[in-house]
Amino acid sequence: MTQTPTRTPRTRRPSLAGTLRAVGYAAGLPALALLAWVLATDRSASLYFPSPTTIASTFAATWFGPALTTDVLPSLGRFAIGVLLSIVIGVVAGTAIGTTRWLRDLLEPMLEFFRAVPPVVLVPVLMLMLGVGDSMRIAVIVSGCVWPVLLNTVEGVRGVDTVLTETSRSYRVRGLLSLRSVVLPAASPQIMAGIRLCLSIGLILMVISEMFASSSGLGYRIVYFQRSFMIAQMWSGIVLLGLVGVAVATLYGFAERRVLHWYHGMREVARG
Amino acid sequence: MADTTHEKPSETRSGALLSVRDLGKTYAVGSGEVEAIRSISFDVRAGELVCIVGPSGCGKTTLLKCLSGLLAPTAGSVALDGQTVLAPPKKMAVVFQEYGRSLYPWLSVQDNVGLPLKARGVPRGERDDTVRAALEEVGLGHALTAFPWQLSGGMQQRVAIARAIAYEPEVLVMDEPFAAVDAQTRADLEDLVRRVWQDLGVTVLFVTHDIDESVYLGERVLVLSSSPTVVQEDLSVDLPAERDQISTRALPQFTELRTHVHEQIQRAKRGDRAGLPA
Ligand SMILES: Nc1ncnc2c1ncn2[C@@H]1O[C@H](COP(=O)(O)OP(=O)(O)O)[C@@H](O)[C@H]1O
Ligand SMILES: [Mg+2]
Repeated sequence: MTQTPTRTPRTRRPSLAGTLRAVGYAAGLPALALLAWVLATDRSASLYFPSPTTIASTFAATWFGPALTTDVLPSLGRFAIGVLLSIVIGVVAGTAIGTTRWLRDLLEPMLEFFRAVPPVVLVPVLMLMLGVGDSMRIAVIVSGCVWPVLLNTVEGVRGVDTVLTETSRSYRVRGLLSLRSVVLPAASPQIMAGIRLCLSIGLILMVISEMFASSSGLGYRIVYFQRSFMIAQMWSGIVLLGLVGVAVATLYGFAERRVLHWYHGMREVARG
Repeated sequence: MADTTHEKPSETRSGALLSVRDLGKTYAVGSGEVEAIRSISFDVRAGELVCIVGPSGCGKTTLLKCLSGLLAPTAGSVALDGQTVLAPPKKMAVVFQEYGRSLYPWLSVQDNVGLPLKARGVPRGERDDTVRAALEEVGLGHALTAFPWQLSGGMQQRVAIARAIAYEPEVLVMDEPFAAVDAQTRADLEDLVRRVWQDLGVTVLFVTHDIDESVYLGERVLVLSSSPTVVQEDLSVDLPAERDQISTRALPQFTELRTHVHEQIQRAKRGDRAGLPA
């Protein structure tokens, strides 16, 4: 046969030197910034910018005590529920809207309107409707997070290649099977991009939702420390938020590589 | 397009598996119209291998989409086994021109071939056997777990052919399937189509703009005129059943036929329709 042999996408096993270099690049700038911070705060005893060593020692004492169960975990729980709800609602509604012509014509102008409303201004409204408990806070997260997932799903579902759609029609692949094996996978690159946005918006809204009429949570704590002039503790909270953000991004990266392995493989082959 | 799922009976000439009657298609484009097909009529008997040849843009793809129930004609009708085609029929498989876009990139080769069977409710074990047999038939028994984008263009088109074979259609419809592959691969794939036709006893409708290809492959060649399209000529190919890329193409009959088809197409391009059947 004269065909070119099966091309496997390059999955080079990284060498030790390569790994070290990658870590060096990733950690280099933060390390430099930290060093600059240490040097800057070492001499001046600024009230608002405590040295990293002070923050580090405060960190464990502040967050690994009772605050872990009263503030950190409940916040993360609300974040997780809010984000998951947003993803489910966004994908389900987005698929329905994207595949149903009349629904799309009916809803599209309204969706644009709701998307344009900053979720923060909904907080007082949601407080009136849902009280000041967990459901209000989760609702705030959802009210901001569903939009990127929903709108990206609509786009993705609508953008399925016409040749693929006709192939499915001619082979009579329909209904749930078509949804599961054709429409959603075809839309998955866009859905994943929506989820990525959803995660970063979710983290911000988690904090903001706890700044109103609240007595616990990560966002509440940080504001509380700030008002009580517990500056090192406040900074340690900001560091914690940053770490949570990195952890969330890492988890997302794992999920994306699993879901979109075909997409990245295809693009790598196309690039040659 | 209204997607009706029922097929209603209609009369056909006896003996025809596929019957196209006064088929016309005019696209509505914005406020205007594009007449892609004026009026096409022909019959295909079960087990025939018919090539449809015509210049680019003459409406070959449009014709195939109407035949396969993907597009509603604006005039006339198509009947398969006496049933008017209003939606993609169970007994028909289509191989599209754009093979790269017609395979599901998130599914492995075997899942691509197996998906239509899954939709039909074929149980797992039987499905796996059919899929493997179809891929072996096209010489891809070793590539079951590969992804389509890891394969060369010719191999991707083989996967698409395997998918059609596994579907076990009565009619196999192919739209310029080899227009985008290199010459050697193309020759291999042409012989593959002849073999599949002989092995499976399936009826094949093969669309191409390549005159040599239509004569080499077909038992019969339908020459289409340029747009607005009608059937310019219905030609039967009296070449031996066993064809060979080198010796068949060297036969005087082959040269005669291709010259004839060529002239017909030139006449069609000039818009010379004198002597056309009414
Ligand atoms: N969806 C469409 N809308 C409007 N015009 C179309 C459409 N598809 C094809 N056409 C027109 O119909 C004619 C025939 O096209 P096509 O069937 O693709 O020809 P071929 O496959 O023979 O190259 C062309 O003039 C083309 O521009
Ligand atoms: Mg075409």
